[in-house]
Amino acid sequence: MAKYLLQRVLYMIITLFIVISVTFFLMKLIPGSPFNNFEKLNPTQQNILLEKYGLKEPLPVQYGKYLKAMVKGDLGVSFQFDNTPVTELLSKRIGASATLGFQAMVVGTILGIFLGVIAALKQNSWVDYGSTFIAVVGKSIPSFIFAGLLQYYIAVKLGWLPVMFWKGPEYTILPTIALAMFPISIAARFMRTEMIEVLGSDYITLAKAKGASYWQISVKHALRNALIPVVTVLGPLAVSLMTGSLVIERIFSIPGIGEQFVKAIAMNDYPVIMGVNILFAFLFVVIILVVDILYGVIDPRIRISEGKTK
Amino acid sequence: MKKSKLSLLLVLTLVLSMFLAACSGGTKNEGKEKPNKGGEKPSAEQLADKQEITVLETAEIPTMDSVMNQDVLGGTMLNATNEGLYHLDPDQKVIPGVAAEMPKYNDDKTVLTIKLKKEAKWSNGDPVTAHDFVYSWQKAVNPDTASPYGPYFMEDKIKNASEIVAKKAKPETLGIKALDDNTLEITLVRPIPYIESYLTFSLFYPQNQKFVEKEGTKYASGADHLLSNGAFKFTKWDGPTATDWVLEKNDGYWDAKNVTLKKINFNVSKDGQASANAFTAGEADITPRLAQAAILSQYEGSPELMRYLEPSIWWLKMNEKNPALKNVNIRKAIALAIDKKALVDDVLANGSIEANFLVPKGFSFLEGKDFRESGGNFLKTNKDEAKKLWEKGLKETGLKEVTLAYIGQDTETAKTTDAFIKDQLEKTLPGMKINIESVPFKIKIDRDNKEDYDLLMGGWGPDYADPMTYMDLWLTGGQNNHMNYSNPKYDEMIKKSIDELASKPQERWKVLQDAEKLLLEDDAAFAPLYQRAVNILVNPKVKGLASHAFGPDFSYQWIKVVK
Repeated sequence: MAKYLLQRVLYMIITLFIVISVTFFLMKLIPGSPFNNFEKLNPTQQNILLEKYGLKEPLPVQYGKYLKAMVKGDLGVSFQFDNTPVTELLSKRIGASATLGFQAMVVGTILGIFLGVIAALKQNSWVDYGSTFIAVVGKSIPSFIFAGLLQYYIAVKLGWLPVMFWKGPEYTILPTIALAMFPISIAARFMRTEMIEVLGSDYITLAKAKGASYWQISVKHALRNALIPVVTVLGPLAVSLMTGSLVIERIFSIPGIGEQFVKAIAMNDYPVIMGVNILFAFLFVVIILVVDILYGVIDPRIRISEGKTK
Repeated sequence: MKKSKLSLLLVLTLVLSMFLAACSGGTKNEGKEKPNKGGEKPSAEQLADKQEITVLETAEIPTMDSVMNQDVLGGTMLNATNEGLYHLDPDQKVIPGVAAEMPKYNDDKTVLTIKLKKEAKWSNGDPVTAHDFVYSWQKAVNPDTASPYGPYFMEDKIKNASEIVAKKAKPETLGIKALDDNTLEITLVRPIPYIESYLTFSLFYPQNQKFVEKEGTKYASGADHLLSNGAFKFTKWDGPTATDWVLEKNDGYWDAKNVTLKKINFNVSKDGQASANAFTAGEADITPRLAQAAILSQYEGSPELMRYLEPSIWWLKMNEKNPALKNVNIRKAIALAIDKKALVDDVLANGSIEANFLVPKGFSFLEGKDFRESGGNFLKTNKDEAKKLWEKGLKETGLKEVTLAYIGQDTETAKTTDAFIKDQLEKTLPGMKINIESVPFKIKIDRDNKEDYDLLMGGWGPDYADPMTYMDLWLTGGQNNHMNYSNPKYDEMIKKSIDELASKPQERWKVLQDAEKLLLEDDAAFAPLYQRAVNILVNPKVKGLASHAFGPDFSYQWIKVVK
């Protein structure tokens, strides 16, 4: 297991290195200047700015310098935020996105799995159709419409919850619901399909024959096995939720990182683009590792040490 | 039926906004009441107990260092918390700030002597002195500072600035001197007719050297690392990434007795509809600019909607690198073929007006008269004439068909506008084919700089209150010409108005107006389309919000909250 982990960590570092390199060079292909009002400056001033930020040097040199500083934990300074260090920007912004993403993930997974399971158990009943309906709606209505409707009816019309901002727990409710719609629908859909398949398998028939109770069969035997594919999908989904949703953050004025990333790209704020990308990639590889370990926890048959050695 | 009512309202508001914009560039919200309040007069209004408002902004404050700022929001916040020699009153008139009076000029108007107020203070108690101005100006022009706007604003204007930027002279030689603690002497390269309004820019604000140097790199990084000498001071701001901040009244401000408002809470809200929702729910008193017609239609005719023209003009640039666009008749045909009235009324539907000119309305004045009052109207929509000129142009160039690459922005409003223009041109001018490319703002600027376009939807906002900020764009090889337009006669007129006529305002005005006519009527260098209107929602209980045509967007110091 330890050897396996070590190997995985090594792969993770290689993956990160490739992501960083590719992003760095691709990013420089985006046309336009990273400075505001650049067109209003004369060539002398443009030169001064480019020199100050080391943008006049050849790309490989810039790349080398970036890697060197990055290893030391220095991700550079943001152009659009008055030289704020990127690490500071990320640490200030990731909190709100992560909180929101985590809440949406928890709410979404629990509700989704619940819906999926009862739909499978009561296949082709009104419960099943109802849950499928929710899943289809959650998947097909874009989150900005759902968020807009929630904001308008719950906050503006009924006045039950705040319209926007990020000042306390009550401010997180509407964005969490809006963001949770997607994981609900994904989890419900996968869960239903898997459960139906598992419920039809031989060992369930055996369990029934042995006289196991209904709940024992569905929860202990079926649910556990049906979870595997769901965990596979939900891992990466968790990363994308926790790294911020541009739309939800915009509509509810949440100081998160999703908005920041998109703006950084639009503004050619190179250090921020790199910083956010590294963070996202890092979370991604970590989550994938966690998912792989979780497989073993859920299903002893695919425990890594056994499968690996022989 | 709904539509006709709406367009009538639109026309009415349009007329109203034009009328108001003509009298002043100031607040249009004053004296308007909610209908159920009856005919209550503003004078009868009582001040609310809580003099506190909440304002939404669409972005974070990029910097609060006056020397490094190049952003309108930054300028607005600097204007709220700091004060330069002069500032703008609600009617866009230049009034003394830290200066005790308007400048005294020497005979050729190149040396200004300015007395400062003795009672002007920093929020740490230090007096604001002439040295504070010398310090910040020298810092701004110093190429090592890499101030984005420092050299831009000072070169060819303040004595020795160009030499300093080229590192041929020391920053200390800049044409600004402290004769004593309360007297400042500014030396210009040549007379500048608009120097007084020019000096209202936040770049020219003072900085307290002792404080700035003590703070070092921490300076302007948050509320605790700032000094105020204006009507308000920061009590909360966590630096450029903060999405909320608080201003409170600065009791040490020399004019504090005339500041009623106690506290302003700012929050960032980037989505237009969400901002409107927060406003409707009573969570905000002032929204950011709302551009989308779909949102505005919900508030059309409401006393909460504050609408005014801003000096932001939008045009279709025509790149003469394309042989078809080199032909003046084809350019004219394009300019005349677009139904600008339909564009502003039906497509934009936000109070913007058709532009048959280059220098916008309500922004540059000479002896109280708007440049546009005596300036003409050029290139008015005329489809029949456009067709004739088009035929003529095609014959002259020997072309049968013209296919043009059209660069527009990727926002919702821009895309609708671009589709409308494509339709107008293709339907009016047979054989015309337009290929629209919708790109992000930065890319549009890049395509513009590289002259990689045939038609480009662009716009310009002023850097100072003089027509020149629009006129010098089109000089041969001009830094933002980028469409290969060149007319030696135009160049000559512009140069003349910069040099010879600098101290003869009336003659200068006339030459600039002639140059504008040459540029548009004779040459159709580009097709002017519309002058943009600003739409924001303001709580009717908040009185005295002053908007500005250039520099900061708003001044908050004259706001009063009424019951």
